[in-house]
Amino acid sequence: MTVLALEDVTVGYDTPVLRGIDLAVEEGEIVGVVGKNGVGKTTLLKTAMGLLEPTEGTVTYDGRDVTDDPPDVRAREGIGYIPQGRDIFPGLTVEQNLQMGEHVGGDSDVTRYEEVYDLFPVLEERADQDGGTLSGGQQQMLAIGRALVGDPDLLLLDEPSEGVQPSIVDRISEDIRAINDELRTTVLFVEQNLGVIRTMADRCYAIDRGEIADELTGPELTDEDAIAQYLAV
Amino acid sequence: MSNGLKQQAFQVRYGLGAVVAVVASLAVGVLVDPNLTFRVSYAVSFVVLAAVGLAIIFGIMGVINLAHGEFILLGAYATTLSAVKGGLPLPLAMGVGALVTALFGLTVERVVISGFVPNWIGRRTVGRDLITPFYDRLADSMVATFGLSLIMTQGARIVFGNSIEQIGVPFGSTAGYPDYRIALVGVAAGVLALVYVLFTQTTFGTRVRATMQDEETAKALGVDTERVYMVTFAIGSGLAGFTGALFAPLLSMQPTLGDQFLVEAFVAVVVGGASVVVGTSLSGLLLGPVDALFSDQFGEFAGRIALLFAAMLALRFLPGGITGVVDRVRDRIEEGS
Ligand SMILES: Nc1ncnc2c1ncn2[C@@H]1O[C@H](COP(=O)(O)OP(=O)(O)O)[C@@H](O)[C@H]1O
Ligand SMILES: [Mg+2]
Repeated sequence: MTVLALEDVTVGYDTPVLRGIDLAVEEGEIVGVVGKNGVGKTTLLKTAMGLLEPTEGTVTYDGRDVTDDPPDVRAREGIGYIPQGRDIFPGLTVEQNLQMGEHVGGDSDVTRYEEVYDLFPVLEERADQDGGTLSGGQQQMLAIGRALVGDPDLLLLDEPSEGVQPSIVDRISEDIRAINDELRTTVLFVEQNLGVIRTMADRCYAIDRGEIADELTGPELTDEDAIAQYLAV
Repeated sequence: MSNGLKQQAFQVRYGLGAVVAVVASLAVGVLVDPNLTFRVSYAVSFVVLAAVGLAIIFGIMGVINLAHGEFILLGAYATTLSAVKGGLPLPLAMGVGALVTALFGLTVERVVISGFVPNWIGRRTVGRDLITPFYDRLADSMVATFGLSLIMTQGARIVFGNSIEQIGVPFGSTAGYPDYRIALVGVAAGVLALVYVLFTQTTFGTRVRATMQDEETAKALGVDTERVYMVTFAIGSGLAGFTGALFAPLLSMQPTLGDQFLVEAFVAVVVGGASVVVGTSLSGLLLGPVDALFSDQFGEFAGRIALLFAAMLALRFLPGGITGVVDRVRDRIEEGS
């Protein structure tokens, strides 16, 4: 079943950044999006979340047209969003940050504190500490945990490796795979780190010059050059 | 000790310390010179009650409500009319005053501040939004609410004339000082405590603070941020109305009665900075005595001037207000330990 689909989407700010985007994510998949800096990856995820409105085309979630739904409605319907640069709430405690994720997937009353604390024990240890005092890697874990707590069906993940130590980067990619395996959460992520793309993605779209230039699957994903051509500046 | 625990310990230790210090000086003051103590505490409470609604709306929405004084006027008039004309017992009439003002605030938020109503109409007639929300637009929000304050003052004058009949002051007096004013000191403390609990200890408070810190992310996590702003504005307005209700027995009921509150509230918010409870209570403790002393010695006008002067000094020497100073002191102490 298709969880998320963008059909012929054109979106941008004053001028379009992305044009005629067609993309689909099937239930249980981990799909990557690669592309150079400034090509419109964040723009794409924000459009999926409802933070940006496309000027043309439709966004479908769970088979329903959600193009006109605001982000808070989409969140409550089960889309968990992890913004680029993490954007945790620095002045709320770790625990309060996690609580803010409870509205995600609001209709199911399930919360996933146990699973989140199992994945990231450091969050339990530092539950009473302000989010702003965590290290970059810990903030990334908090942002992921916060999006997971409400038990989303789809996770939108914007450059999880950015500004995180290499040793933690590997861990986080494995964690996302585990989340996908154990909680059956579908994942759409954006990334420029080759290693992360190879560990995580089942399939991968490449964006170039505002359009989807390629779709990489199976063996192409292990071919460094195939991906690298869309990352080179 | 972890940072988080340190922070909490800091808040508990110094917060409790401050409360104990205030209570102790009150006790000593009452023994030494009860009348002066009552006068100063009342002045502090006046600043706190005048400012709290304005501080919430400013701190959370980045909107300066220059009609704040007229919201207080509305609360005072609604209380007085429901007591005198409607025959309600005073506490109930005060509840009516607060509620009417909260609902009025809700309407103002929908029609002016958020632009929801005009934009709803705009989209259905000319196919686009008519106004941008006033959130975090200080100057624009001041212009819009200043207009509203003029309309409200003139409206009150046209509907009710130059004054309306007043409620008598309840209770007797102690040491030559009216008990009702002493009771207001307790009410002010209670209001601050309630506001503190609401914004720091409840889920609603967490949502509000998340919205303040990062609106887009809060929205992406399922928070209806529009509703957060709407409710916040209604709470701030309701508190302004409650202030009007509390002071209704003490003031002559004229359409301009809000002015004195606006000046004190505005100065208190400037001096207090972004933190609603810490800022409002500390600037109350600072400005209350200044106001009381100057008004006692040289009359009310001098008190007002002294307050504005204090605000100018604060703006010059304490950017970020008292809140900023408290944060810096806290960081210093934490680094030291
Ligand atoms: N808020 C904004 N207003 C105007 N232009 C923007 C804004 N955000 C991003 N852009 C522009 O849109 C393009 C795509 O940005 P973005 O989606 O952030 O790229 P990526 O995430 O792939 O690095 C860039 O050229 C950027 O300058
Ligand atoms: Mg980006």
